[in-house]
Amino acid sequence: MSGKPKFAMYWAAACGGCEIAVLNTNEKILDVDANFDVVFWPVAMDAKYKDVEAMEDKSILLTLFNGAIRNDENEHIAHLLRKKSQILVAFGACATQGGIPGLANLSNTKSMIDTAFHTISTDNPDGITPQTTYKMPEGDITIPTIYPAVKSLNQVVPVDYFMPGCPPESHQIAAVIDLVIQVLQGKAQLPLTGAVIGAGNSSVCEECTRTRNEKKIKQFTRIQDFKPDPNLCLLEQGILCCGSATRSGCGAVCPKAAVPCVGCYGATEDSPDQGARLLNAVASVIDSRDPAEIEKILDGIPDPAGMFYRFGMAGSLLRASKAAWKE
Amino acid sequence: MQRITIDPITRLEGHGKIEIFLNDDGSVANTYFQIPELRGFERFCVGRPIEEMAVITGRICGVCPEAHHMAAAKAADAVYHVEIPRPAKLLRELLYSAFYVTDHTTHFYALGGPDFVMGPDAPVAERNILGVIHKVGLEIAGKVLQARKAGHTVIEMIGGRKVHPCTSIPGGLSKGITKEQRDEIEKMGRWAIEFAQFSLKLFGDIVLGNKAYVDLILGDIYTHRTYSIGTVDENNKVNFYDGKVSVVDPEGKRLGKYAASEYTDWIAEHVEPWTYLKFPYLKKVGWKGFVDGKDSGVYFATPLSRLNSADGMATPLAQAEYEKFYKTLGGKPVHQRLTIHWARLIELLYAAERWVELVTDPEITSDNFRTIPTEKPMEGVGIVEAPRGTLTHHYWTDERGIVTKANLIVGTTNNYAPITMSIKKAADSFIKKGVVVSEGILNRVEMAFRAYDPCFGCATHSLPGQMPLQVTIRDARGEVVQVLRQFCD
Repeated sequence: MSGKPKFAMYWAAACGGCEIAVLNTNEKILDVDANFDVVFWPVAMDAKYKDVEAMEDKSILLTLFNGAIRNDENEHIAHLLRKKSQILVAFGACATQGGIPGLANLSNTKSMIDTAFHTISTDNPDGITPQTTYKMPEGDITIPTIYPAVKSLNQVVPVDYFMPGCPPESHQIAAVIDLVIQVLQGKAQLPLTGAVIGAGNSSVCEECTRTRNEKKIKQFTRIQDFKPDPNLCLLEQGILCCGSATRSGCGAVCPKAAVPCVGCYGATEDSPDQGARLLNAVASVIDSRDPAEIEKILDGIPDPAGMFYRFGMAGSLLRASKAAWKE
Repeated sequence: MQRITIDPITRLEGHGKIEIFLNDDGSVANTYFQIPELRGFERFCVGRPIEEMAVITGRICGVCPEAHHMAAAKAADAVYHVEIPRPAKLLRELLYSAFYVTDHTTHFYALGGPDFVMGPDAPVAERNILGVIHKVGLEIAGKVLQARKAGHTVIEMIGGRKVHPCTSIPGGLSKGITKEQRDEIEKMGRWAIEFAQFSLKLFGDIVLGNKAYVDLILGDIYTHRTYSIGTVDENNKVNFYDGKVSVVDPEGKRLGKYAASEYTDWIAEHVEPWTYLKFPYLKKVGWKGFVDGKDSGVYFATPLSRLNSADGMATPLAQAEYEKFYKTLGGKPVHQRLTIHWARLIELLYAAERWVELVTDPEITSDNFRTIPTEKPMEGVGIVEAPRGTLTHHYWTDERGIVTKANLIVGTTNNYAPITMSIKKAADSFIKKGVVVSEGILNRVEMAFRAYDPCFGCATHSLPGQMPLQVTIRDARGEVVQVLRQFCD
């Protein structure tokens, strides 16, 4: 080993998009290579779990942990990496707030497995479902136990920093890499533990270039049903855009691409629950005081739970629906 | 019985575990390849609006979100019975072609390539992208980065974001491209063609020019005679974005072609209780177990199978390489799995040529990039070729377009059975009585797996190549015969 500080990146219930976002920093990745020894990064190199187990506690300086906690293997590795790392960053929407896998918390694990193993193309007349331990002629083989509900990383281990986004935008990742290298060189200080890094302090609306006026919504419309004015706020035009309840940092890329913000950067600085904040925003723009009319206007939002908590169900105050805890 | 456990599988996207059980004499009794994860998209997409599928299912895989985005978008169009305007089709396929360039580049240079450029027995410290750079030069690293950057720039211009595209909606796209963007995309596309040709030449010099590699590639260990599938256009040429799925038997005879809506007549999924992933197979042939042959429904879906299932490539430079490929390997179809690496580069060239073809179409800057659906939403299927295999999205909705049921058969899933067979055959072949199970031996088992490019192998430039590894070999009484270690304390 070269004496450079150690770096690790791990994915739990993840998609790999965070890894790609790191790669999309292009030449910046060479700076990571120059300043760190990568000791564990399953997507990229061949260190195994038992190699991490053999490392000394706190011997890894920086670990970027992406992906949600879906099963006991994810949690086990979270504890392992917490033990072996000085700085543990919850990287990306899944680690910071559950992400898209958290949508599973609106139903339950049994229903999820039953669905997957009885789809229209699945040939399963005996109703087989996966067994966490299975006896082969040669010996027992195991697969992890899926939890009743998805969790965010900080719901299982203490986390030092949170970096939101699905994925975190590459220019933000590059800025964080630069900061870490400056810290290594004694030229900068790390932010206070618990901080959100690689993102802004306000909402996506601040970064959006569309014109905003007072909003008076008489109807919510879905994106496929009309062609919005490209210069005007989407929410104002009745498209459910999550920007007002979503942390800034991405550059409002989705509204720029003429589609609504889906909320992937998570809650704003001052909000304990992104969905509640969005609920508030929607309630305040509805232009009616008549309950029947309000009901009709709200019918234009066909999936409130999924739309308000798209990326943040697991990390929200609600965490999961009652269905998740039912057998 | 004694076992070797490889956990986790590394240099791929996703999670996997291999258990190798040894007989008393040190030969392999059996090998199991388990997938330990399930996130449940088919369940939690229920209740969500259909137009969100293109954004939600992108999160199945952040390495090929473009594939899920397109399959979901096409399925949503089908749900609404809406035909998108031609400029929208051009733009989607243009994004898709640029994506293929980034993805196939990443796999060849950082994942598959090092095994050949450096050699399968090269020291672990060198058998990665850094070793490749040291051997062939820093200039190459620059080209690889540039190829990725060019592709992701196109993805962002058309798709709205660099990783998870967001612009496909039912009826087309939310935005088009400007003339300035078009010019830049063309310039990058022409460069990409040169880069693809350079990559094929590199493969020719370093791999095909090396007899030991050629023997490895052509040998029996990495060969399986199975069905091949892949999407073809109306001329039976490979197409990544649209067409019908062509199914070809191990001798090369076409069994048929199916449209997206017909997939359930062709593909079924076998279940085993020891893994979370299912095993697709050809319904018309039937599930006969993890075996090769014309009577087994096992098939594979990779660049090689796409070339096998088609009659050729739709662009001239790629077509010339296609012909050279089959001439060199003795005709169609080809079954040696390591040749997937070569087939992937031919697809890289096609993707770059197609990129330029599409961006130079006069309608590419048209502002007619979407139409508003008018039909009642109900049910639809969308199929595209993900780089790692045929991708199928099937949704049912209520009259509001809210998803009531979903079925997804995802790229690498198609290959779960053949990958399992390839790993087992490699383990059987390399781990034998009397053989010292070295790191190079275990790498050759991994090479069986790696050829399929099971999703992503990250093209990082920070691969130290020091794979900490301990292998303990015991005899029939459980006594330790040998312990091999490297890079672990």
